[in-house]
Amino acid sequence: MALTNAYIQEKLVEKFNDQVFQFSTDSGILSFESAAENNLKVLQFLYEESSLGFTFLTDLCGVNYPDNNGAELVVVYHLHNFIQNIRIRFSIGVPVAKPDVFTATKLFESANWMERETYDFFGVNFIGHPNLKRILNVDEMDYFPLRKEFPLEDQTRIDKDDEMFGRG
Amino acid sequence: MRPVRFNLNPKEAEIADAISMGKAPDGVPGDGFFATQLSSVVGLARKNSLWPLPFATSCCGIEFMATMASHYDLSRFGSERVGFSPRQCDLLMVMGTIAKKMAPVLRQVYLQMAEPRWVIAVGACASSGGIFDTYSVLQGIDQVIPVDVYVPGCPPRPEAIIDGFMKIQDLVGQESIRRRNSEKYRDLLNSYGIQ
Repeated sequence: MALTNAYIQEKLVEKFNDQVFQFSTDSGILSFESAAENNLKVLQFLYEESSLGFTFLTDLCGVNYPDNNGAELVVVYHLHNFIQNIRIRFSIGVPVAKPDVFTATKLFESANWMERETYDFFGVNFIGHPNLKRILNVDEMDYFPLRKEFPLEDQTRIDKDDEMFGRG
Repeated sequence: MRPVRFNLNPKEAEIADAISMGKAPDGVPGDGFFATQLSSVVGLARKNSLWPLPFATSCCGIEFMATMASHYDLSRFGSERVGFSPRQCDLLMVMGTIAKKMAPVLRQVYLQMAEPRWVIAVGACASSGGIFDTYSVLQGIDQVIPVDVYVPGCPPRPEAIIDGFMKIQDLVGQESIRRRNSEKYRDLLNSYGIQ
């Protein structure tokens, strides 16, 4: 039997009831959310339930929504079922004041570097990660550059004339 | 087509029998001897045998490959031998975007070069960060090492790189042999935290 989005949603709701919500479909890919503390339970269910079989973590990344009170930082998991060639997207939101998320490295080895990258750029604190330190930026960096509260431009330059850049 | 010319004061080619000779410095010629300043001879030798060390990180490096290849032929200027060891090279050619994480590496390469050493920043990124006004990119290599010649362009054409190289040759040929021991030069290096 081919795996369908409707079946995946049905199985998730059957297992987690109202702990999973915000189901939607974009470009044929099912998206949903859950509370941050349930992320491992949901990922493990998707991995181990034989009729679902999402055993591959394609991507793990962060998003910053500064106006989204209580869930300013969002961690997104992209999962893939190789056999049926079905992808789903699963996201959790955490407050920027306390961005604690359980690590997925026990379930997916590939989450290791992706969580380090998400920490590097957004400052998401992955609890239980074996080596949570910066991966792409310089070690001396003292902020998380992709959070929207920080300007993207280099702050060490003093020779750029604002008027020349349309900011006068 | 609009003519593109990078040399404002183009030099006439000095070609006799298809062999280009370096111009002899001012001095007193005689039978079997030639008297001139030591610094002129040293400068003449240095400027026509520069060993470049390419530090190519992006598209300017591709232009440099064209510059090195047969059509533009940087070897004509005595830099036949592109070295890939900083200890053997005289001229560090930085071509491309230098990320902040790369800056200590670039600096170490510079420190490993023996005196006398020269640096040319090729392209907008190496000179000023270029379009990458962002948290991850070094806003010009002159923040970490001293630069002798800047080549503008994004990327510069091979002619522009050759023009920059010839500017370096002029600097090398005219440099006093005592410059590297001078107080001013030491102050310059000290301003970069070297020695």
